[in-house]
Amino acid sequence: MNPSAIAIRNLWMDFPGKRRGEHIHVLERINLEVAAGEFVCIVGPSGCGKSTLLNVIGGFLRQSRGEALVEGQPVHGPDPRRIFVFQENGVFPWLTVRENIGFGLSRTSLREREATVAHYTEMVGLVGFENAYPRELSGGMRQRVEIARALASNPDIIYMDEPFGALDFITRMKMRSDLTRIWQTEKKTILFVTHDIEEAVQLADRVLVMSKRPATIQEDVRIDIPRPRDLDSPGYLERRDHIFRAMGMSLRVGESVA
Amino acid sequence: MRDETSPAVGKGAGAWLQFALPVAVAALFLLAWDAAVRATHSEIFPRPIDVARGIGELIQKGLLLKYIVASLFRVTWGFGLAVLVGVPFGLFLGWFGRAYQAFNPMIQIFRPISPIAWIPVAILWFGITDLAPIFLIFLASVFPIAVSATAAVQNMQPVYLRAAQNFGLSRGELFRRVIFPSCLPQIITGLRIALGIAWLVVVAAEMIAVNSGLGYLIIDARNAGKRYDLVVAGMVMIGLIGLVLDLLVRRLETFDEVRWGYANRR
Repeated sequence: MNPSAIAIRNLWMDFPGKRRGEHIHVLERINLEVAAGEFVCIVGPSGCGKSTLLNVIGGFLRQSRGEALVEGQPVHGPDPRRIFVFQENGVFPWLTVRENIGFGLSRTSLREREATVAHYTEMVGLVGFENAYPRELSGGMRQRVEIARALASNPDIIYMDEPFGALDFITRMKMRSDLTRIWQTEKKTILFVTHDIEEAVQLADRVLVMSKRPATIQEDVRIDIPRPRDLDSPGYLERRDHIFRAMGMSLRVGESVA
Repeated sequence: MRDETSPAVGKGAGAWLQFALPVAVAALFLLAWDAAVRATHSEIFPRPIDVARGIGELIQKGLLLKYIVASLFRVTWGFGLAVLVGVPFGLFLGWFGRAYQAFNPMIQIFRPISPIAWIPVAILWFGITDLAPIFLIFLASVFPIAVSATAAVQNMQPVYLRAAQNFGLSRGELFRRVIFPSCLPQIITGLRIALGIAWLVVVAAEMIAVNSGLGYLIIDARNAGKRYDLVVAGMVMIGLIGLVLDLLVRRLETFDEVRWGYANRR
């Protein structure tokens, strides 16, 4: 049987506290599996440790206990077969759009690199901006550059840490439908962290709901709604509301929550 | 900002004023200077017209060009060596925390010592040769260059480093493709500060340690017959060349590869 793309077994994460010998428990007993080609979103309250979890899986942080397996192998550090898309936007401001998208392709031939860059430039809708510098682009366009840069190096898995968090509402909606379209053509495994429940339900095959700190995975909600998704269909609303309630939130604005 | 309010009319008028205002201020300054000299009936201090004649005299004798070249020659060597040493050393200190801990206190002790205080030492070591001012310029500019390179690495956005690690770059590639370009805007700012200091120091050094250059011109004109018209002529040339040097380094800041680093300034 195929191993899962990602398998996390009984993972704990502590950070040293301010005082000596003190530990802050951030993650507790995390178990999760992501199948190859699956689009999984992790939602949770701000500061719950969902970014920490993604950073452990991505190899940027080392867990305190437990196992993080990616494609059957323990994670030992960042790996070019799994590309991280950062919340703060990791596009290099000293390179043009073209140079950024081709950044991970320095070992391929020039001709191949040009073809790949052109392909992904078109896929993310940045044709005509190849020679622009990131400072000349909008926030949404910069995030497209980063997504194209991730795709161009042909990874098996893409980790996304609140990639649309800094964008305005309309741009965010557009980015979600573009990402869905791209995921459907590229068949990559995507693990996507967000605090936006609607975003998670719109995008994912499965939504993992994390609790407050120390965080565990509290719910695993399958979103078996065909794409493109209708945002006022009963199925969508039902799953969205379910997650709202699971996170202890009211569905009515202005109502106080215990 | 200045052109946004009335784009059609404002642009032409704005451009004209941008030229006319500084010229008007300079003209006022010259007039005030001239009036002050005449009012005090000074025998020694020159009027602007005397300074202009002084500059003409220096050009005729072929001294002006010779001294400018001498000063620029020393700055080029001293500053060039400071760049070659300061940038790599600064990047090294920024990257390796232990090296920074080891070297930084020493640097912070050396840094506040005015290069002028080194003049006797420079004369002792190098005598009355070009090496003395070159050494002084090197000392004056290497610290700001190294310190700005160190700070650039230390303040680097962690996300660039992580993105680079993610793409599996080797150490050499990481430095060449990410660390160096991300630090370049701040390094250039350091170069600009250092070049300004270098130009200040060359004049001071030439007053004592050598017998050519613009600094020497000033002290020599004073000593050999109180030729204050030539003293001020030397000062004017120092100011003008300093301005040109600064404009040249500023041009570096307009390249696309570094412009992102100065977002708040333009």
